[in-house]
Amino acid sequence: MESVLHITTLHYLVLGAALFLLGVIGVLTRRNVVIVLMSIELILNAVNLNLVAFSRMWGGLHGQVFAIFVITDAAAEAAVGLGILIAFFRNKETVNIDEVNLLKW
Amino acid sequence: MAPVATPFFFYVLSGIMLIGGILVITRKNPVHSAVALILTLLAQASIYLMLYAPFVAGVQIILYAGGIMVLFLFVIMLVSIDRSIRERQFNSQRVVGIIAATALGGLFIAVYTKGKDIFPDHVLPIVENDNTQKIATMLYGQYMFAFEIASLLLLVAIIGAVVMAKKRI
Repeated sequence: MESVLHITTLHYLVLGAALFLLGVIGVLTRRNVVIVLMSIELILNAVNLNLVAFSRMWGGLHGQVFAIFVITDAAAEAAVGLGILIAFFRNKETVNIDEVNLLKW
Repeated sequence: MAPVATPFFFYVLSGIMLIGGILVITRKNPVHSAVALILTLLAQASIYLMLYAPFVAGVQIILYAGGIMVLFLFVIMLVSIDRSIRERQFNSQRVVGIIAATALGGLFIAVYTKGKDIFPDHVLPIVENDNTQKIATMLYGQYMFAFEIASLLLLVAIIGAVVMAKKRI
């Protein structure tokens, strides 16, 4: 009961792990490229949550600065990923990730 | 000011985040997924506020919920989703994927139950009024080089996205 009513770092880490797993399931099982990219955003957010929780645990701000860098990377990744998606859609007229098989042996 | 009813808000916000995450990976329509992802991101911004990180919470709302998700919605409008909604939504690897995710979850549970004593139970109550100022000092001082690299990365991403989406280069 005490551990339920007292929010510690571990609670945030468990929440981050659950979010990470949802993102992994989305990346591995969905066929729509847009939703795969959104699942990657879920994964990055889980990492950010862990970073901020550790930053709170140690009392410093390094974790928060790192979270801002991760958000920057997420923006760059989304821009490039969606650019690739548009190029792919122009060539194949679909957003199904199973059709991305040009390099498949 | 002492925080009020922290556990209650933590569980409510976690519930919103997890429900939003489940909706993201299960909806057929990508627009519904995007709206669920926005819900998740906003709940996460509130959790950042609970962790005394107001600047990261603001960046989360402005950049993630405001910028990246608008980009996603624009691309969903550009590509035709009528056909993909009628198709099968999950690929043939879904059983393997769920098994892999379960194994990863088991790993997380093992690590967190073993390493429970590493994390201190009582976190220090730091209530900082100059959070943004301190982060700015760190970004432009200690992390100057990383900051410049990040700006270079964004430049490369802009050029890459334009080249990728252009019809004839």
